[in-house]
Amino acid sequence: MRHVIEPTDLSINELDELIALAEDIRLNPVKYADCCKGKILAALFYEASTRTRLSFESAMLSLGGSVIGFASADASSAVKGESVADTVRTVSNYADICAIRHPKEGSALVASQYSGIPVINAGDGGHEHPTQTLTDLLTIHTIKRTLSGLTIGFCGDLKFGRTVHSLVKALSLYPNNRFLLVSPNELRAPDYIRATLANRGCEYQEGELLDTHIRHMDVLYMTRVQRERFFNEEDYLRLKDSYILNMAKLVNAKSDLSILHPLPRVNEISMEVDGDPRAQYFNQVRFGKLIRMALILKLLEIVEWRGGRC
Amino acid sequence: MLSIDSIKKGVVIDHIKVGGAMQIYQHLNLDKLDCSVAIIKNAKSGKLGKKDIIKIEDRIDMDLDALGYIDPDITVNIIEDGAITSKLKLSLPDKLINIITCKNPRCITSIEREIVHVFKLWDSREKIYRCAYCEQEYK
Repeated sequence: MRHVIEPTDLSINELDELIALAEDIRLNPVKYADCCKGKILAALFYEASTRTRLSFESAMLSLGGSVIGFASADASSAVKGESVADTVRTVSNYADICAIRHPKEGSALVASQYSGIPVINAGDGGHEHPTQTLTDLLTIHTIKRTLSGLTIGFCGDLKFGRTVHSLVKALSLYPNNRFLLVSPNELRAPDYIRATLANRGCEYQEGELLDTHIRHMDVLYMTRVQRERFFNEEDYLRLKDSYILNMAKLVNAKSDLSILHPLPRVNEISMEVDGDPRAQYFNQVRFGKLIRMALILKLLEIVEWRGGRC
Repeated sequence: MLSIDSIKKGVVIDHIKVGGAMQIYQHLNLDKLDCSVAIIKNAKSGKLGKKDIIKIEDRIDMDLDALGYIDPDITVNIIEDGAITSKLKLSLPDKLINIITCKNPRCITSIEREIVHVFKLWDSREKIYRCAYCEQEYK
């Protein structure tokens, strides 16, 4: 039995297999429509989510399976003080696979230690969000046809943005990728992320201004800069417009740049960008469902892993 | 010259960094033992210049991982019939289990009952450990 708690739980071979399977599902959805008939996904969502929860549910339903679960901690026995360990032990008796989102970091790892069924981390606080990473990898791979030799820019809140942390770690496994980390100084990527890049010999550069770096990027991964993350209003006002992507900033960008965003967006990408062919963030949502379908099929061993682990 | 009797049977914890003996004394709960325990501070050492030593006149169970975490340069000598029968060189353990606890308030260890606190060695040169759950560095 396998769990996916962080992106590095999957080898490069396995990531490639998932991406290939997701692409086959995209091209031949009917072939997979009944693959999970009789199987149940438990969606244990201790905090609000639009895309991730609905994406998991839609993925399972599109595979012919069923879904049970809760959409907030208030709707579970967590309000009575039940531990994650006890909840997941209980749910193991009702479902075949579970996806868990919980505000505490490391909660999915705890769930996996007590679960009798495969656990997928659907976001554990500010820590990891592997299925968003898989979504991002599938999006990049589908558009660029490669996950290597790319210059990937990350812009916005790189300190608290778990999607950034997970994606940086995953892309650092592929050769010759270069990372441009653009954020206000207060929201720089945490030391362990920079240490991971350094340990894996990846080239990376940090900066405060998107204008300076955008021309080099093959992929631009935008995230939200939130006012409450700043220590003072003055810094927020000074920096906030540096992190809003608009058509003026895209003037210097490559014509085949891919703009990604984990969503929800607030104002960090102007709506005028939505019509630009480089905007891929709504396609990304579709890829999110496809890769979750692929992951469910693999973890339920309905489609077997072909290659060995790295 | 201070003279401390050599022991017939027991444990000598040697090469402790100067000033570290009391931390080890407390960690191993040596105050609870009925046997003789000697703490020698600032003993002369060819290797370290000065060192601390603890002599315990009894065989006790020790968490060597915890000792290795406190001071990886320590040597533990097991004494039988007045002679050293084994000499254990410690090192930084790869994993710490219930030795230190995570201080990150956003970590699941802050709310989950009876959770096992696990830290993994991240950088042996800098002696950096990270929580196995949230990956926060222990400081």
